[in-house]
Amino acid sequence: MLSRRIIPCLDVADGKVVKGVQFKNHEIVGEIVDLSQRYVDEGADELVFYHITASADGQTVNLDWVDAVAQRLDIPFCVAGGIRSVADAAARLEAGADKISINSPALERPDFIDEMVAAFGSQCVVIGIDSLEVDGQYQVKQYTGRPDKMQDSRRDTLTWAKEAVERGAGEIVLNCMNQDGVRQGYDIRQLAAVRAAVSVPLIASGGAGKQEHFKEVFEQADVDGALAASVFHKRIIPIPELKAWLSSQGQPMRL
Amino acid sequence: MQRVALINSGCANIASVRYALLRQGVEVDVTADPERIINADKVIFPGVGSFDYALEAVKKSGVVEAMRDLTQPTLGICLGMQMLAEASAEGQKPGLGLLAGKAQRFEDEPGRSVPHMGWNQLTPVGDDPLMAGIEPGSYVYFVHSYYLPPSPYTVATCDYGQPFTASLHQDNFWGCQFHPELSSDVGAKILANFLAL
Repeated sequence: MLSRRIIPCLDVADGKVVKGVQFKNHEIVGEIVDLSQRYVDEGADELVFYHITASADGQTVNLDWVDAVAQRLDIPFCVAGGIRSVADAAARLEAGADKISINSPALERPDFIDEMVAAFGSQCVVIGIDSLEVDGQYQVKQYTGRPDKMQDSRRDTLTWAKEAVERGAGEIVLNCMNQDGVRQGYDIRQLAAVRAAVSVPLIASGGAGKQEHFKEVFEQADVDGALAASVFHKRIIPIPELKAWLSSQGQPMRL
Repeated sequence: MQRVALINSGCANIASVRYALLRQGVEVDVTADPERIINADKVIFPGVGSFDYALEAVKKSGVVEAMRDLTQPTLGICLGMQMLAEASAEGQKPGLGLLAGKAQRFEDEPGRSVPHMGWNQLTPVGDDPLMAGIEPGSYVYFVHSYYLPPSPYTVATCDYGQPFTASLHQDNFWGCQFHPELSSDVGAKILANFLAL
């Protein structure tokens, strides 16, 4: 049976893993390769690296650490951050990334999704969506890495998710911004709505604070994976215990 | 030290495979040179992307004829395995025809996401050396929308709403639909088994 995936997310800035408080005043969490190896040892199913300031700055990710991570890791990992061309993506894949996640550049130019799919196949192309609930409407936000540059993309989240999949995206990571960083649980209602709208794998992001939140999001929103950062970095939720408990609760887990 | 030819057709993501082989302590020769492929101890045929696009790249690289002449153990991974088969519902072009079977697409169904992406369980069939020491129910990592149906050559199945071929063996060719290079300890064991053939 296909297992649910537990996915630590590592925000990367200046070659280190960082955690921002409301996206600013980044605090250094650790070295990229060391923390990645810890997560492999703890049984993480996949890793996601977000170069969080890349799109807003017009920078792209430095590739040395992608190569260093690929040398050590024997589980899949996805790289995100400022990838705006097929050539940008190809360089990351050649360095050893398994999947590429695109967010703001796909909003700027949706045809970029089609180009990525034609070059690398759907399985490689992940669309990250930062979604904010405003007056009961789900809106896609752009350039969320920098508060001073963040803007409303003028897109509805469900419509954008469907368009991304029609263009060939192989996976959606939905970051529910109302929940992000507050550890009050995933946005089940929004995730269930996106789950019903698209048939590709869906990864929940934003809001994990305790074990029960993972059970809820798997049971009630039927997502394929759940992503979290600080609760894993700080060992508030140890991954081995989390996976064993979810398994005892009937969730298919790779133990 | 044995030399493994890792076929580089120019479009596959081969860094993960290369690093996984280096962790096994073998010499890895990333190449599209027919001579170097034919003279290698083992050959690995990776693949990502779409069937016709990848097949075209393989044909341009001139390795197709070399592939037909191989007698040493050769492993196709994911799309690499499907390209070794007869055909795929994904493309118009015929495959290399070195493995029996035609790849089909998983139909969209409620409760089943396509692509099949993530960790799923192996059920070894028979006692093929590639699956030596692999317990039933071991998890490996899959990313694919197309699959080969079970056949007499299947050496491990997986279930995703229906059984399909996770691994097969025909003559000197083996195939893995999953990615052993991304499948942690279980994948490393399967690569070690291949290298020990």
